[in-house]
Amino acid sequence: MQKIMVCIKRVVDYNVRIRVKPDGSGVALDGVKMSVNPFDEIALEEALRIKERGSNIEVVAVSIGVADTQQQLRTALAMGADRAILVQTDVAVEPLTAAQTFLALAKKENPDLILLGKQAIDDDANQTGQMLAAIWERPQATYASKVEISAGKASVTREVDAGLETIEVDLPAVITVDLRLNEPRYVKLPDIMKAKKKPLDVTSLEALGISAGVFIKSLKTEPPAQRQKGVMVKDAAELVDVLKKKGLI
Amino acid sequence: MHKVLIVGEHDGKALNPATAKCVTCATSIPDTEITIALLGADTSTVASQAAAITGVKSVLRVDRPENTHPLAAIFAPQVAALAADYTHVFGPSTSFGKDLMPRIAALLGVAQVSDLMAVEAPYRFRRPIYAGNAIVTVEADPSRKLIATVRVASFQAAPGGGQAAVESKTLNVSLPSHTRYVGAKSGSTDRPDLQTAARVVSGGRALGSAENFKLLFSLADKLGAAVGASRAAVDAGYAPNEMQVGQTGKIISPEMYIAIGISGAIQHLTGIKDARTIVAINKDGEAPIFEVADIGLVGDLFQIVPELERLLG
Repeated sequence: MQKIMVCIKRVVDYNVRIRVKPDGSGVALDGVKMSVNPFDEIALEEALRIKERGSNIEVVAVSIGVADTQQQLRTALAMGADRAILVQTDVAVEPLTAAQTFLALAKKENPDLILLGKQAIDDDANQTGQMLAAIWERPQATYASKVEISAGKASVTREVDAGLETIEVDLPAVITVDLRLNEPRYVKLPDIMKAKKKPLDVTSLEALGISAGVFIKSLKTEPPAQRQKGVMVKDAAELVDVLKKKGLI
Repeated sequence: MHKVLIVGEHDGKALNPATAKCVTCATSIPDTEITIALLGADTSTVASQAAAITGVKSVLRVDRPENTHPLAAIFAPQVAALAADYTHVFGPSTSFGKDLMPRIAALLGVAQVSDLMAVEAPYRFRRPIYAGNAIVTVEADPSRKLIATVRVASFQAAPGGGQAAVESKTLNVSLPSHTRYVGAKSGSTDRPDLQTAARVVSGGRALGSAENFKLLFSLADKLGAAVGASRAAVDAGYAPNEMQVGQTGKIISPEMYIAIGISGAIQHLTGIKDARTIVAINKDGEAPIFEVADIGLVGDLFQIVPELERLLG
């Protein structure tokens, strides 16, 4: 194992309560706090732990997005990534385009492992890792809750609906991570200072030969239907009464 | 005329009810012919179950030993080969479908729409984003094959009583050997399945320990309910991961959901919004769970739950 590539997405911070624009054109993003997608942060943490257990492994953090995405890549560098690459674009790329872009980077970088979050918390698409694995013609291990690397292989425990499943994949491979894989480290101030000196290269979709396709058009964005205000009951006995009246028990 | 291929989910013995929900979703596309594809080592049993779903025209069986376990890297090239004759390819938004469908889409060089919650036109759908805090209407390019996952909580299962034709297919597709199934560990119980249960009792961090979760199991057994948990409870080790309900866990739509000691983070509410009736029991009257609850009870769960169980006889 020599190199791990970690794909990172800049998303609205997990703690922000998003607001749908009144004209239905999307979600209001002006002045909203942006962060590293939490699942991608877990992916980076896993890469760093593999690096710390091994020897001489380089961790490269990559992202696609607006110029300000450099902030999230600096966070990745402060956490411990060795260098970063931003594919700068003002276009919102769809998962297939993102996968094609990461493939172009993978062909340049030749990583042994690509780690990324199982989904981004903005579009909740849950596609990019699987698509990347498909067009890279390599294995995928999605929803990882445990990753063990041995010579040329990874044993991955996956969170599936029925419980846990373990698969073994040959490297190079794509692993998408789930919540319980690890707890990402906090970034300390000296690390932020050090991160400023680490290399962050900026490239473009055009330079990588990618044309961003629009396959899925967003026509309208709306807030979800609200549930009707309910009733409060005072104790278990009244609760049972109400449930009986509603025919629920 | 649209032709929808649905990738059936099964364990070799039983067809997952998610498949019949995908059929309902596909039926809402006008002028549509529906086919279910089943990949497995021996799909004879599940093929007859699939053939009985109303609205299904045909069932394709692709039996080969490599299909014993549903590995996306093995299934995807086979489904991609079958997809040639179809306009749409659907799979359920379960861990099986979410893993598999994007790999199929990418092999075909087309996009995917995830988590269809409503069909507005053959290529126009509604889907949730931002953990269900916004709903977007999307339109896909009709000149391309459309791959989608179906948000199973948004659709009722199509009824039985159908009589689709069953056909065995032999595909000349070479399969990779780079991905191998090792094993599975499931906390299978004789309780109802969380994803399809009509009643669900669910616990949060306020339960305080795995030991205290037994209170919920006991109540659930009285109600014939499945048991779920919030992310906080799973993270704390009180309940196994397969019990997690929410944005990154299971999205469910039971008739009745009883949330006990769950504060109601938006990520959790995403998973239960489609429940018919939500009951919340929490000692904090300000907890956000009460904003979505149909029936709320403020109080100590350790007192209320045993009393409820007693009252239910």
